[in-house]
Amino acid sequence: MAIVSRGFRGRRTEDPRLPPGQYLERGFPVLSAGPTPRADLDTWTFSIRGADGERGSWTWRELQALPADDIVRDIHCVTRWTKLDSHWRGVSLDRLLDAVRIEPDEQYVLAHCDGGYTTNVPLADLRGGQAWIAYGYDGGALPPEHGGPARLLIPHLYFWKSAKWIRSLQLLDHDVAGFWERLGYHEYGDPWKEQRYWGD
Amino acid sequence: MGRLTVADGAVEEPAEDEPSLHELLPDGADDPVAPRVLPWLPATLVERRPETASAATLVLDAPGWTGALAGQHVDVRLTADDGYAAERSYSLASPAGAPVELTVQVVDDGEVSPYLTLDMEPGDHLELRGPIGRWFVWRPGSTRPVQLIAGGSGLVPLMSMVRTREAVGASTPFRLLVSARTPADALYDEELAALTDVEVTRVWTRRAPEGWTGPVGRADAATLAAACFPPADEPDVFVCGPTPFVEAVANALVDLGHMPGRIRTERFGPTGS
Repeated sequence: MAIVSRGFRGRRTEDPRLPPGQYLERGFPVLSAGPTPRADLDTWTFSIRGADGERGSWTWRELQALPADDIVRDIHCVTRWTKLDSHWRGVSLDRLLDAVRIEPDEQYVLAHCDGGYTTNVPLADLRGGQAWIAYGYDGGALPPEHGGPARLLIPHLYFWKSAKWIRSLQLLDHDVAGFWERLGYHEYGDPWKEQRYWGD
Repeated sequence: MGRLTVADGAVEEPAEDEPSLHELLPDGADDPVAPRVLPWLPATLVERRPETASAATLVLDAPGWTGALAGQHVDVRLTADDGYAAERSYSLASPAGAPVELTVQVVDDGEVSPYLTLDMEPGDHLELRGPIGRWFVWRPGSTRPVQLIAGGSGLVPLMSMVRTREAVGASTPFRLLVSARTPADALYDEELAALTDVEVTRVWTRRAPEGWTGPVGRADAATLAAACFPPADEPDVFVCGPTPFVEAVANALVDLGHMPGRIRTERFGPTGS
């Protein structure tokens, strides 16, 4: 028996593209745990690392020189807003991961960001045209408060997995919980299964 | 899913002079008040207390509620009689461990906040889930000075921290900077005025009360430098408010020399972009 809130009607913007428990947002809210870091593009690098050290590294210029995708995806924040058809530009992680050596048992990734933020993702979720290093948003440069100069973009998972201010991916042979994942949020974060918090 | 470990040693961190977010985490790892699975709890409105013309505090009776840390929030679910449901997150205003009190600010054309602040009557029901969020929290065991900086209804989770400090009789040095548009928008005015050992600095961005001799406008670097614990005191800083407010304040604090890793932020609302 559901608990009914007497007299509540709601806006009823039900849309098949809205995952359960989400509402439609036209703006682009910001969720960050701390101040927006400042990046120096002259020294900025994005790297992929394993237990034995660096497997690949790209400067800002090198990343920009790689073929990029224009990406249109719905994004879903665990704080319950969903933004439809957001426009991004970035480099496919298939391309970046294919450029480095990955051991067969390295099936987990911990993303590291400026400011110390981390998030964990299975390697499989970064492959198959599902994830990017995004540096463009809505036709321009990605604004710092939204993760610029570059962020992870994994639109099929709750948006905290699309880590802002990305600097490196750490390949691991076991899953290590990231920042929000250690603070009560779900280790995987599938919005269609409402995997918001521990145990969901 | 594979096995999930929480192992600090396994995470390679870049060398830094200051604590990174990851290193600041361990004290939040095993809180008894945060059960591993959060059920939806039926809750009944006990009292609705108007705070301003557009904000109200809801006092809720939620059997099964186990209490929260100061600064946490809950998810609220409203269900219509035909089964349509809407969910939103709201910060707790009540002190740590206390029954649920939420202060809700009406959002223009909002779906949930107008019902909560205007339509809901004592005896009506909703469901809630929580407590949620274990980053933007203050624990009374910490003796480090605490600098609170609120914009608008961003005061709510910070008020939970102030009330927790009062409730447990902590002597932790607290300072609070509150920015509001006008006196009519100010939350908890009398309660803040009655605080004896928390330094409260008011900022009015549009209109100040009669007799106000200070400036009217947004909190700038000079205001922050004058009102806040200096960086040398290494305060824990909590900033909550609309995104542009938090961005401006957090950037100014970093410029003033505060360690980014000690500035915790919570933002709400769209950026306009």
